[in-house]
Amino acid sequence: MPTNGAPTKITQGTRAKGGIGESTLRPDGTLKVTGEFAYSSDMWHEDMLWGQILRSTVAHAEIVSIDTSEALAQPGVYAVMTYDDLPTDVKNYGLEIQDTPVLAHGKVRHHGEPVAIVAADHPETARRAAAKIKVEYRELPVITDEASATAPGAVLVHENRDDHHIGHVPHPNIVHRQPIVRGDADEAARRADVIVKGEYYFGMQDQAFLGPESGLAVPEEDGGVHLYIATQWLHSDLRQIAPVLGLPEDKVRMTLAGVGGAFGGREDLSMQIHACLLALRTGKPVKIVYNRFESFFGHVHRHPARLYYEHGATSEGKLTHVRCRIVLDGGAYASASPAVVGNASSLGIGPYVVDDVEIEAIALYTNNPPCGAMRGFGAVQACFAYEAQMDKVAGELGMDPVEFRKLNAMEQGTLMPTGQPVDSPAPVAELLRRVTAMPMPPERQWESSEGADVRQLPGGLSNTTHGEGVVRGVGYAVGIKNVGFSEGFDDYSTARVRLEVAGGEPVAVVHTAMAEVGQGGVTVHAQIARTELGVAQVTIHPANTQVGSAGSTSASRQTYVTGGAVKNSCELVREKVLELGRRRFGTYHPAWATAELLLEGGKVVTDGGEVLADLVDVLGDETVEVEAEWRHRPTVPFDLHTGQGNGHVQYSFAAHRAVVEVDTELGLVKVIELACAQDVGKALNPLSVIGQIQGGTTQGLGVAVMEEIIVDPKTAKVRNPSFTDYLIPTILDTPTIPVDVLELADDHAPYGLRGIGEAPTLSSTPAVLAAIRNATGLELNRTPVRPEHLTGNA
Amino acid sequence: MRVNFTVNGRPQEADDVWEGESLLYVLRERLGLPGSKNACEQGECGSCTVRLDGVPVCSCLVAAGQAEGREVVTVEGLADHARQRDLGTACGTSLDEARRWAAKGQDSRTGEGAELSPVQQAFIDAGAVQCGFCTPGLLVAADEMLEHNPNPTDADIREALSGNLCRCTGYEKIMDAVRLAAARQSEAV
Repeated sequence: MPTNGAPTKITQGTRAKGGIGESTLRPDGTLKVTGEFAYSSDMWHEDMLWGQILRSTVAHAEIVSIDTSEALAQPGVYAVMTYDDLPTDVKNYGLEIQDTPVLAHGKVRHHGEPVAIVAADHPETARRAAAKIKVEYRELPVITDEASATAPGAVLVHENRDDHHIGHVPHPNIVHRQPIVRGDADEAARRADVIVKGEYYFGMQDQAFLGPESGLAVPEEDGGVHLYIATQWLHSDLRQIAPVLGLPEDKVRMTLAGVGGAFGGREDLSMQIHACLLALRTGKPVKIVYNRFESFFGHVHRHPARLYYEHGATSEGKLTHVRCRIVLDGGAYASASPAVVGNASSLGIGPYVVDDVEIEAIALYTNNPPCGAMRGFGAVQACFAYEAQMDKVAGELGMDPVEFRKLNAMEQGTLMPTGQPVDSPAPVAELLRRVTAMPMPPERQWESSEGADVRQLPGGLSNTTHGEGVVRGVGYAVGIKNVGFSEGFDDYSTARVRLEVAGGEPVAVVHTAMAEVGQGGVTVHAQIARTELGVAQVTIHPANTQVGSAGSTSASRQTYVTGGAVKNSCELVREKVLELGRRRFGTYHPAWATAELLLEGGKVVTDGGEVLADLVDVLGDETVEVEAEWRHRPTVPFDLHTGQGNGHVQYSFAAHRAVVEVDTELGLVKVIELACAQDVGKALNPLSVIGQIQGGTTQGLGVAVMEEIIVDPKTAKVRNPSFTDYLIPTILDTPTIPVDVLELADDHAPYGLRGIGEAPTLSSTPAVLAAIRNATGLELNRTPVRPEHLTGNA
Repeated sequence: MRVNFTVNGRPQEADDVWEGESLLYVLRERLGLPGSKNACEQGECGSCTVRLDGVPVCSCLVAAGQAEGREVVTVEGLADHARQRDLGTACGTSLDEARRWAAKGQDSRTGEGAELSPVQQAFIDAGAVQCGFCTPGLLVAADEMLEHNPNPTDADIREALSGNLCRCTGYEKIMDAVRLAAARQSEAV
């Protein structure tokens, strides 16, 4: 049986030890280093079957026929299902727009779309059976870019759209369009002494989480199903799964299995519905585990983007205006495209003061792989382009690029292009100052008495240079990311907190549906409970749908929102405990009625430190439990014509300095160091904060120099779905990442904290690009940079 | 087919193995040892790294039949392996050890109280574990490196671990963990 139903116990010392601000260790650390932590792909059940998905081999085609007879006849095969076998009228799903078929119906819209599913008693039997399903396709022309999507007579990717964006988009092959207009860019342009235009391309990045999409669906006696799953948001999955199965939500029980990373790639459903369908059809538990090849088709990617920018500045170095147009390729299905458009547009000019702006962002429907959420979410693509522009303008003005940024840096009180005031610290200039002040790595580190250590040179162990042709460059960048779900979304979290006596000690139990995907939310929840309830022992209950929604583990929001919910529920529990104490012991000491009371070290104490009672005595055999929802400040949608509106909750800032060495003869890049400075508001767990910053930085490095899903522009087929051909940084590719953490409290947020996970992914990429430009003198308007771009053979 | 081999010091027998099954599959799905991970199943990521007769290999690339008669150490056996290395004994329990045996009070739900190898403890202490999916393979690889290179330079560590992908940490805390394990190991000597 799956073992992740067991609670995670945390034992710490006494008093506030192990509370917020300390680098307490992960409660799941021991299980993870001993190999006992049960990830979704580790689930096992007696008599379980293996599910396999048959995916389209072409990007855009009508399905003429599907013949499953030979597959069904294979020994060991228990079920084969196609669109015709779906049990209800609900046959599509989607995060915002339900445009994604559970199984293809009449048409496939991208390479690798699910067409049929198989259950068999061995994974290889299931694979071979799936290969025996005969699908006849009649290919259609492929839509692959803006020109083909909006050409006269273009084939529509979705024929009969009735979603809420269709009324305001200029073409049915455009998912969503968000313009933002503030001031008068035409008039401001006349004041500009320099005007710099640029066109940029950002390649398609993959989340490349290591734990493949997987899970186990177990049919239950009441006709329901229990799904053990790796996801970013249990309740969002549930909302999409139950209607397709024709089950009420309380008959689809979901338990979070161990999640091997996410980075946005688990916001959309993958194999969830397929596993449940097969389990309900066969009456047996069904496990589905993608291999890496399938994983590249099984989740959305980061939107590739074309970005067109115009910046103007006075000769004194003040920005006059920015115009930009951002074209995101959403691929075949909407996924999170509308929200990505909202981010790309509203954050499109970066953390700078510009009064006159004209911004437009759109997401296309094409026959390329569907794109959606990935760490940084629309802000990443924009940051790559606006930071390249900032360097170009500084160059035109003959100014230092960092000084030019500081001169235009936003600060608290600055208005965003949306008209929203930035009402908490925005230390953009300070972060740049800090990252500039860090000591530089020494030159020619590869030199030693025994000759060159090739491991520290571009090309590394391939032994391509001993220093000949190697030049160094330094680059800087800074970025701005929103925290939390924006544009009027009701972005709440729920926490159930219980306080009781167990084994003679007060113990807090924290139960949320938060998806722990590696970020360390479980560590932080225990810290919050210790701080708020003054207990040493906190048990983190497994995440499931038996408690209210915790929202998504995305948008850098979990510590803020679910952390906020845990704090809030702890405060409510504390009030109830104190009320209980007043009833039981109030007559013994006047301070029960008059003093400010705290829970500390397992005791009720006055703010003066006088002990009034032990929690054990106050509680006795009573259990105090609260389940409550908690919300951050509300936001509003952006105006569809002007983009104005207080659409964001909070902003997060990071700056990077990249030092690179480039073998100019072979076009190979070695990133020597990637220094980061970030404002985190309040570091609830400093060790985890630094881990997030270094991890985000490295994903930004990956898309600077190696990571790109290559899609054939003629066929829209994916050409590199493997870790052999899609490269992510190894430990040899990754430099030292010194981190300077700034803590300027945001008074609107719990403990003053700031969501941190995404900001470092923004500025890392443009800093590396700037450093390569600095080393080579090349323009480099696309990322990732490949050797041919550096040697002139592109 | 039937495959007989030793896993973490214990003889194991797997029946009804299809010839195409990998050592990784047999460990995970037939022997109840899912600690070795399946991140790519094509030899690129190192998450399935085990020792085969002492040599680190990607178990996804080893056909189960190739393990016949050989010794395998997985992450589940790493603590024992390290302890026996320290004691200088072969795999298995000596009579003397058996006499001194006492229940260690491990919490089956959290693993708390489990005996860990120095490199396992260092990964926890240094914050080298986030999602943890790369961790088992990295631990086996790092432990093997420290076995023959107890005082590695940073470049040595990077070279030894270059076959193990991690997507969460940016590797800095992994570097810290291996340095920490090496330092503790040399203090202990």
